[in-house]
Amino acid sequence: MSSGAPARRVSPSKDSRLRKRYAAERRFRLAGLFAVGLSAFFLAFLLVNMAWKGLGGFTQYQAAIAIDFPRSDLILDPTAIKGPDAEVVIAGADIEGVLAKAASATFGPAAENMFGAAAVRSVGRQLVRDPGLLNRSVTLWLPVGSKVDVAAKQEGDAASEKLVEQLKAKSALRRTINRDFLLESDATDPSAVGIWGALKGTFLTIMVTMLLAFPVGVLAAVYLEEFATRNRWTDAIEVSINNLAAVPSIIFGLLGLAVFLNVMHLPRSAPLVGGLTLALMTMPVIVIASRNAITSVPPSIRDAALGVGASKMQVVFHHVLPLALPGILTGTIIGMARALGETAPLLMIGMRAFIAAPAHGITDPSSVLPVQIFLWSDEVDRGFVEKTSAAIIVLLLFMLLMNGLAIYLRNRFEQRW
Amino acid sequence: MPLTSTTPAPSSSEEIAADVPETLLPSVALPAEEPPTAMELDSQRTPKMRAQGVSVFYGDKQALKDVSIDIHDDRVTAFIGPSGCGKSTFLRTLNRMNDTIPSAKVTGHIELDGEDINSADMDVVQLRARVGMVFQKPNPFPKSIFENVAYGPRIHGLGSSKAELEQIVEKSLKRAGLWDEVKDRLSESGISLSGGQQQRLCIARAIAVDPEVILMDEPCSALDPIATAKIEELIHELRGRYAIAIVTHNMQQAARVSQRTAFFHLGEMIEYGKTSEIFTNPTQRRTQDYITGRYG
Repeated sequence: MSSGAPARRVSPSKDSRLRKRYAAERRFRLAGLFAVGLSAFFLAFLLVNMAWKGLGGFTQYQAAIAIDFPRSDLILDPTAIKGPDAEVVIAGADIEGVLAKAASATFGPAAENMFGAAAVRSVGRQLVRDPGLLNRSVTLWLPVGSKVDVAAKQEGDAASEKLVEQLKAKSALRRTINRDFLLESDATDPSAVGIWGALKGTFLTIMVTMLLAFPVGVLAAVYLEEFATRNRWTDAIEVSINNLAAVPSIIFGLLGLAVFLNVMHLPRSAPLVGGLTLALMTMPVIVIASRNAITSVPPSIRDAALGVGASKMQVVFHHVLPLALPGILTGTIIGMARALGETAPLLMIGMRAFIAAPAHGITDPSSVLPVQIFLWSDEVDRGFVEKTSAAIIVLLLFMLLMNGLAIYLRNRFEQRW
Repeated sequence: MPLTSTTPAPSSSEEIAADVPETLLPSVALPAEEPPTAMELDSQRTPKMRAQGVSVFYGDKQALKDVSIDIHDDRVTAFIGPSGCGKSTFLRTLNRMNDTIPSAKVTGHIELDGEDINSADMDVVQLRARVGMVFQKPNPFPKSIFENVAYGPRIHGLGSSKAELEQIVEKSLKRAGLWDEVKDRLSESGISLSGGQQQRLCIARAIAVDPEVILMDEPCSALDPIATAKIEELIHELRGRYAIAIVTHNMQQAARVSQRTAFFHLGEMIEYGKTSEIFTNPTQRRTQDYITGRYG
């Protein structure tokens, strides 16, 4: 080596080893990229599929129909529908029959059942708004029944398809936003269903869960982390809490059924009981998240506060909790989001009942979004397919909103130390 | 101050002796005529704090063995010794910070102005207000500079009005030598300051509650030399107003800032005396070995 050409620093064997190393790294990166791509594909597939099927649920077809109220068989007192009992009076009137007659008169006998509950509701509302209609012959745009709606949007049965052609030829068909879907509650007729009842039920249930699980969970975490002495009891409690977080949710449903309904006799199917049950399920998650957040507060901050003569409680409430808050909130909201999508425990406490009116309070029977989705997905009528997807979109948006809130709160309260 | 020039140069016989068990070593290797110890000199005066026979156990392990030291209020007392020798543990017993460690058990007698600090009558919160502490790593609260200093007075009910509180904050920051640097940005986060400023902020926070004793646990170990110099200067200025006890790794620092020095080794207090004597003329062999850099 002392003379001649400079020696190669890298021997051939080393060179090939180096190449292999780089190749391994490239392979690993490709595998990672593939994994990310696959997840992105599935996510995109889910969202696109959902939007494709569900966005139709937010629209509805309306047909124009001429109704001659004075000559119809409708018996209605114009003064009664001004009064406070308007809803009862309208419900007693045979609007359905009037619509059937008008439809078969205009579009032929095959069209007799083209209108459903949604149209009846619409006529009733318009009569309440303007009782003068009863003395006139008018042309109204009314939402069509489920069969015709399905035929107009996708493929329906032969008779409905023919009717749609006929309506289109007369330009008596139009597509509009279905505001009732967000403002109304469950119904047997898919053209008339809405998710407001379920949405409100979900909101009430989550509020009950939040009000119970958050303070109890955080206090438990603070006590265990900052005040409790370490011994066999606290160890046992810690293990139990960790195990509780992993218990299948339906078990919590059974517990709720046994304790809240059978022992405490709370009302069935109510947001109160749903919230209590979900609180039991969420609490361990909150305790674990809060404990992690509290332990991650540096001990030097505690020392500093103790050093100037703060009491234990002052240390916790002035320093530890504010610093742990972002972590606690993130954990809580993620726990809440999980509770929001939970179906099984709520089925156990009777929340699968058909509820056609939104709950007024937490003790009224109510439905919740995930259970509503489950119920609709079970229906035979094809009109429910896109309603189910639309409800799923609403649920996903609700979750997105909550997770967005979690991120916002975390960034808002995050402090460096 | 030259630290090692007056200590006898280690002879070859001493180097051999270093391997011999401690009990076999005759203490005659060191100068025979012992000057009166600092303890003897101080015995006529009442100390601010007096620790007698203090032992600390962490579980089964004894971290501190039978330590007795007096701390006087016009002096800086330094605790030196290698890592794990118990000097920080001892410091933390003086304001009962060891209470926060569940496995720690403290025995012995510690007095503050003649009162037993471990007695049932002594409120630990009040004790810590009287015996303040500055920690190894600057640990300001993640709050504004003002809030950092005002926190202590506020929880102790000093300074009932905002104006009074502002006065306390200004006075404390001035005493900590930080006022001129931060007076225009009191609402900024305490964490935005540099390391040395943060440590002075912590000192300001400690003196804001008007303590009688300030304990400093290696206050400069995380700081650069310039920031260290500023803290040392500050310690000089604070001396006389507060009794100060400081733990340090840095022997030069102990020599520079303190009037009394205690040398700890393996949980025992080996020697306690005037700083000048400890550094120039230690009576104990282990002190001499440590000071001359033979270990530690």
